[in-house]
Amino acid sequence: MTDEKPRGRRGDGGERLTVPPAEFASYYGRPVLKPPVWKYDIAGYLFTGGLAAGSALIGAGAQLTGRPELRTVGRWTALGGVAASTYLLVHDLGRPARFHHMLRVAKVTSPMSVGTWILAAFGPLAGVAAVAELAPLLPQHGVLGLARRIAPPIGNLAGLGAAATAPALATYTGVLLADTAVPSWHDAYPSLPFVFAGSALAAASGVGLIAAPAAQAAPLRRLALAAAAVEFGGGHQLERQGLTSEPYTRGRSGRLVKAGRVLLAVGTVTALLSRRSRVLSAISGAALVASSVATRFGVFEAGRASARDPKYTVVPQRERLSR
Amino acid sequence: MPHANALYGPLDPAPDAGYEDPPPRMGFFTDTSVCIGCKACEVACKEWNGVPESGLDLLGMSYDNTGALTANSWRHVAFVEQPRSAGWATPAFEGDPDGPAISPVTAAAGARTSTDTGTDPGLPPGSPGAAARMSSGPEFLGMPGAQPPGRGSGAEGRTDFRWLMMSDVCKHCTHAACLDVCPTGSLFRTEFGTVVVQEDICNGCGYCISACPYGVIDQRKDDGRAWKCTLCYDRLGVGMTPACAKACPTESIQYGVLDELRERAAARVAKLHERGVPEARLYGHDPNDGVGGDGAFFLLLDEPEVYGLPPDPIVTTRDLPAMWKRAGLAAVTMAVATAVAFLGRRQ
Repeated sequence: MTDEKPRGRRGDGGERLTVPPAEFASYYGRPVLKPPVWKYDIAGYLFTGGLAAGSALIGAGAQLTGRPELRTVGRWTALGGVAASTYLLVHDLGRPARFHHMLRVAKVTSPMSVGTWILAAFGPLAGVAAVAELAPLLPQHGVLGLARRIAPPIGNLAGLGAAATAPALATYTGVLLADTAVPSWHDAYPSLPFVFAGSALAAASGVGLIAAPAAQAAPLRRLALAAAAVEFGGGHQLERQGLTSEPYTRGRSGRLVKAGRVLLAVGTVTALLSRRSRVLSAISGAALVASSVATRFGVFEAGRASARDPKYTVVPQRERLSR
Repeated sequence: MPHANALYGPLDPAPDAGYEDPPPRMGFFTDTSVCIGCKACEVACKEWNGVPESGLDLLGMSYDNTGALTANSWRHVAFVEQPRSAGWATPAFEGDPDGPAISPVTAAAGARTSTDTGTDPGLPPGSPGAAARMSSGPEFLGMPGAQPPGRGSGAEGRTDFRWLMMSDVCKHCTHAACLDVCPTGSLFRTEFGTVVVQEDICNGCGYCISACPYGVIDQRKDDGRAWKCTLCYDRLGVGMTPACAKACPTESIQYGVLDELRERAAARVAKLHERGVPEARLYGHDPNDGVGGDGAFFLLLDEPEVYGLPPDPIVTTRDLPAMWKRAGLAAVTMAVATAVAFLGRRQ
């Protein structure tokens, strides 16, 4: 009953295996685990949630250092990101009309429950902060004039509140994926929050580099560098965690993760060189955003691949038993 | 104050879930050494629980056409064919005759006589073509052999052979990852220590499905919600035996107080070892294993992975405190990185 099906039939680019295929028994080669039923909505959410969190941090940083255009970009991107996230999360449910059942309980053993409450705090704050940016459009006098005067301080408060919850929003998703039986996700639990934190900052800096005026983009270039440092530094174990790191380096998921890493490096270097060129800034921004998308979909896909093949379930557990 | 073993290690789940003075923990002991693969458990489960049909799905791998535990199959009879001795039996096909399928030897063996009957059974008169084909041996039609195993290849080519059958079910873990990660509270621990989905609460988030280390709980496609074995919670409440155990004709599926089942299982393994079945072993019985012991455990005759079971499952939430710590560290790193980026030079 050994698994003898050929591996990596397509898309491996003729890559040779570094380790011989492991001998293991399985039930007719069928998976032990149920592959995640999450659709690409969730991979998309990993991106939009991270983008929203990073942008809220940028909005608050710009607010505190007097960069109004960058602040506006940050706040609107945060709202856009969190709105898209909410849509994607509800759409992925098997019973979307019951999304509010998430609010029945609060459970620390369920990262999804924790995330729901983080989003419930972050969303309204990000919304208020973004809408407050509309204050200058209001008339000077009357009731709306009063709203025009009190909106900016309320927006500032909400912006800081959103930024305070943003790091939790960007990193809990690492636990969300890791707290499963999916081998490549679970084994990556030390790396995933750092990969996602870096990816969130990269995506948000990318949008800022595209949309904010060059005069206010200096922090974004440093932030892109920091994002790369966090993702490479904290997440380099992703490809080095033994057998279950294979999906991060091979197949479609491996190509996506690799593309994410390359785009991050290219985007960061371009951002640092783009001080005078608006076009170069936008190119670096696009590379950073694309890097985040590729990384999220790559990690998502790697988990699904690892759950579909009984090898990643049986072989590490056998090794554990024989130790 | 949560129990010290709330996430991992031996624990009595019902009191831990808040039940005061609960009934004893109930469970299944599935003894695969007496399973005959009749699938009465699958049928009884569907009948009692109103589980939808799984469709006609011929998998082409064995007599198992259910394939796996799914949202629409809460019992699954695994069927394994192996080229090895059944342990207690005599070597396979030792006394069976050689030679062509149709021969006096066959007739003699079939009639259980020791002398040649002088007839050539099986050759219909007036059909020389068919008779000629049959006399020259069976034609391979791409189907299971037309002869009994080992007949055509001669006695020396014969191998030992056995069938393993096992009725799989939700394990009702002591530390149930599905229940831990459920964000709606749809999954709950019953007073009997079992794990049940409330279908009026489940919103189909799918988290339990990725969390289960056994690949048991599953999403029903046309319905969106997660479904699995309830250990017949409705029957337990009125002191009845779950449908599958009730229907099992060989008592391969035994239902009862978990502690008693564990004693019975240990005695059964000892007896099988004594009778020359050294490969008999228990699976999921140990409260010190990775999930704190299963409420539904098994006696197996081969390694667990042969039946599609994980050899050493560990509840994912064992590592949850470490995961939150890493996420916290990453979150702080993220905040500091942003602060540093904004505190640098203006241009």
